[in-house]
Amino acid sequence: MDMLYKVFIEPFVFMGEAPDLLIQTLWEGLVSGVLYALIALGFVLIFKASGVFNFAQGIMVVFAALILVGLYEKGVPAFLALILAAVAMLVLAMVVERVVLRPLVNQPDIILFMATFGLTYFLIGFGELIFGGNPREMITEQLFLPQGTTEIDALGGSIRLQHLDIAAAVIASIMIGLLAVFFSKTRIGRALRAVADSHKAALSVGISLNQIWVIVWFAAGLVALVAGIMWGARSGVSFSLQIIALKALPVLILGGFTSIPGAIIGGLIIGVGEKLGEFYWGPLVGGGVETWLAYVIALLFLLYRPQGLFGEKIIERI
Amino acid sequence: MLYREAGQFKTNYVADSAIFPLREDRIGLGLIVLAAYALAFLGNSFLLQAVMIPFLVFSLAAIGLNILTGYTGLLSLGTGAFMGVGAYACYKLMTAFPGVNVIVWIFVSGFFSAAVGALFGLPSLRIKGFYLAVATLAAQFFLQWCFIRIPWLVNYNVSGALDAPLRTLFGIPIMGPNATPQTRYLLVLTIVILLTWLASNLVHGRIGRMWIAIRDMDLAAELMGIRPLQTKLLAFAVSSYYCGVAGALLVFLWYGGAEYDVFNINQSFFILFMVIIGGLGSLIGSFFGAALIFILPIVLGIVLPAALSPFGLSVGADVIEHLRFMIVGALIIFFLIVEPHGLARLWQIGKQKLLVWPFPY
Repeated sequence: MDMLYKVFIEPFVFMGEAPDLLIQTLWEGLVSGVLYALIALGFVLIFKASGVFNFAQGIMVVFAALILVGLYEKGVPAFLALILAAVAMLVLAMVVERVVLRPLVNQPDIILFMATFGLTYFLIGFGELIFGGNPREMITEQLFLPQGTTEIDALGGSIRLQHLDIAAAVIASIMIGLLAVFFSKTRIGRALRAVADSHKAALSVGISLNQIWVIVWFAAGLVALVAGIMWGARSGVSFSLQIIALKALPVLILGGFTSIPGAIIGGLIIGVGEKLGEFYWGPLVGGGVETWLAYVIALLFLLYRPQGLFGEKIIERI
Repeated sequence: MLYREAGQFKTNYVADSAIFPLREDRIGLGLIVLAAYALAFLGNSFLLQAVMIPFLVFSLAAIGLNILTGYTGLLSLGTGAFMGVGAYACYKLMTAFPGVNVIVWIFVSGFFSAAVGALFGLPSLRIKGFYLAVATLAAQFFLQWCFIRIPWLVNYNVSGALDAPLRTLFGIPIMGPNATPQTRYLLVLTIVILLTWLASNLVHGRIGRMWIAIRDMDLAAELMGIRPLQTKLLAFAVSSYYCGVAGALLVFLWYGGAEYDVFNINQSFFILFMVIIGGLGSLIGSFFGAALIFILPIVLGIVLPAALSPFGLSVGADVIEHLRFMIVGALIIFFLIVEPHGLARLWQIGKQKLLVWPFPY
């Protein structure tokens, strides 16, 4: 009975008593949700256009951020480094298309999935070989990312908003808007959607699969670069970011693999759920629930909607 | 042309359903098993401790995952955690009942991880493919959190680590700091052979056919009268049983003690690599995969410095480590491109070639 009270009543009483803490937690949840969504976006882009579940997205985030910081440390101006990092992602996309994807056309999904595992290992080794394994600082000031915090006194307390978090949310929203326009209005975007629907049909109307793959991996690389800058600014650039990237997976299955809005909504649900769970219910079981709560939330949603919130309905035929 | 398979006739159904219908295969297998036992007496302790014992342990785990992913078609990323359940269950059992022989507990501990596996297998009825893979990540992270946060599992010891107590069989220490690599190798080898034999009977029999039917098309299998609930959960349970036993062997007969971190997500990926590189739906592939993924980095660690030194490139240990990562990654991609069905298919092709050599037609 005492346990039931602690689980079902007390946290809500606490929320009511200290609304400022609740708002603060919600805000942190939303920000981390946006950042998860940024990583998830890269997954969705590639999955939509090639049906590949790209496990290497996490390491691409690290890799892009490392190139940016590494070049800056070599004395390249910040914005030139940014452009060069983007170029590096383009080169990576072309190499991946040529070396990994093209020889594996028409293989089962799981084989392509495994190939991206191989890619992950390769990039980890390559990145550490070139840049070393030490964590680095993201060059926030040089990229004109705002710093500092604003405190808002409200609801009987104060709520702290990091400027960086606000910038992250704004930039993520802009990227999502751009991608939505790109997918629905441009010629290439429509070609991407055609490829997603059916490789064969797309080929038969004259869409070059190889070209589309390069474009989509490049787009995912750019998303990875932005995600790398944002995550790097929050928690430093190191290979442990890759583990954070795994958190994008529950976001993905929650939103549905093929849906961009799904990635956003999924990210927000996971981010908020995780922070609320950790703050209000975590102490009951000794804390640290953040590591698995996201997956359990996603699992619960999946039991009701096996294709995710916004995924295309799965129709099975014999 | 080394041997002929022709002329071996079967005259009853029992002979027809034998797992190794060819005499040559039986002889070959017998020789391999004999060689494996002989290795215990011929090999030095580095070979046994650092190569053979882990190779066998990982093969067992790969067989477990292969039953689930290769035979039943359910992708799982929770292997590491299921191995952990086996190891922790074994630890609790053998410290709570020190009188019973530890080999009994190694086998019993698998049942605990089978139960946990079946529990986490429940979503597989509604969720498929990559969605299921991510759902099993919930098991991975949740169980790992349990290993850290529940001190009861390690008998409240301060270090929070598992350690192998001294246990004997017929007066010979088989576990703990005094056990020689030789005895541990023999024990692991025997357990792995026993369980592999069991697995090959399972997958070739009625149950295995049910699994394969579910993998190939679960709707059609259901229409043919195979119950998806029981079949999928059985696959999860059997798979987790193997992983659990492998986990117990890993900690108590190889490491001799370990922390929760051994059963992290990388361990799960590692086993999945072995299964896919070795060949999905092939028991012998599990051994090949384990050999390639586990032994390759060791070999590279020895070969790379030797290969680079003639060029005046004496490189540090960290560079070797990075190169190893790169080469392993590149080799995974290479093998997938060359033979997506894994090393087991290459083995089959090789056997076929040998059979018709030197006249390929």
